[in-house]
Amino acid sequence: MTPGEFEFLKNFLKTRSGLVLSNDKQYLVESRLLPIARSSKLETLSAVIQTLQRSGNRALETDVIEAMTTNESFFFRDKTPFDNFRDTMLPALLQSRSNFKQLKIWCAAASSGQEPYSLAMCLKEEAAKMGGWRTRILGTDLSLEVLEKAKAGLYSQFEVQRGLPIQLLLKYFEQKGDMWQIGAPMRSMIEWKKLNLLENFAHLGEFDIVFCRNVLIYFDQATKSEILARLAKSLPEDGYLVLGAAETVVGLTDAFKPVPGKRGLFQKKPAVHAATGPGASTRFAAGGVAGLRR
Amino acid sequence: MKQCLVVDDSSVIRKVARRILEDLQFEITEAEDGQQALDECRKTMPDAILLDWNMPVMDGLEFLTSLRAEEGGESPIVVFCTTENDVAHIARAIRAGANEYIMKPFDREIVEAKFQEVGLI
Repeated sequence: MTPGEFEFLKNFLKTRSGLVLSNDKQYLVESRLLPIARSSKLETLSAVIQTLQRSGNRALETDVIEAMTTNESFFFRDKTPFDNFRDTMLPALLQSRSNFKQLKIWCAAASSGQEPYSLAMCLKEEAAKMGGWRTRILGTDLSLEVLEKAKAGLYSQFEVQRGLPIQLLLKYFEQKGDMWQIGAPMRSMIEWKKLNLLENFAHLGEFDIVFCRNVLIYFDQATKSEILARLAKSLPEDGYLVLGAAETVVGLTDAFKPVPGKRGLFQKKPAVHAATGPGASTRFAAGGVAGLRR
Repeated sequence: MKQCLVVDDSSVIRKVARRILEDLQFEITEAEDGQQALDECRKTMPDAILLDWNMPVMDGLEFLTSLRAEEGGESPIVVFCTTENDVAHIARAIRAGANEYIMKPFDREIVEAKFQEVGLI
């Protein structure tokens, strides 16, 4: 791979996925794209990039973007966000939404599904407090390939042993040969969609909670700010935004503020010129509930 | 420093487990079967036990059942670590008082994740 080819790849990924590839990421490119070089019979990285330069090969373009933007994922990754979900977000929302008993959650970088399924398990574990509630989880990702895996809910023995307590494995999974599949009731709680965060997502409607962990790190400052501004529009006044442990909104947006003492958890700053009534009723008036129905 | 008893009839597995657990700041003792493990526990009750299932003399499940009946035997956190990877075995182990369960083959990440899960690290 020549410096020129690397430069082309950087620009290609930046414009197509928003991924910012720094110059020290040559090794990452090699480890992610060599398998594609082999499977597409192009043999070398240079050949892959030259094919991209000639353009028109949509399948290859998609493969390259997916390979470069996919992350490894664990069940209950980092633990804290899920503790915050159970102990902070859920109690508050169960109270404030007690009239219409609906909860909508969006995992904006769902990857192979571990995060949405972890939330689904959290909800099941809290089921006693949620009689009559309708909950929906939307999982989106840039990569169709990981979404297919997520949808199937099939995980290797290694994957189910990272972060998933054995009791939950017994309770919610079925053994399928060498693999473990999360049960049908859990799979039916989640809807999957391909989505690029660079594109408009207003049509998805409003969510009570958005998990957007470890994905903004790939974008430059301006893009981060722009995505955060649009995320703010997807949340009601009392909604929650969950970012990765090392991520922050500081210096990026005025729309969110950290929830004190809760790492990675953010809420919207109250609008300065809030015109009418509490958030919940505005939300009704704006047809937010209708947006919850499919 | 927390103490962990590693129980496995394979010296290779004991060595691998020891290396991982020492990195996680555990002091390690070893036993080759359930009976040896029980003798160790009667001398000093460890904080944690990493426990194989299939072993000569006394197997892991038998050991666990005896341990939990001993005085002070309810205190160690027991993590099974075995090739037995079916639901029936896992459920039996949990019923007998195991706190966590590792299906072999395992790696450093899995041991760390499981030990975190039960609050040992």
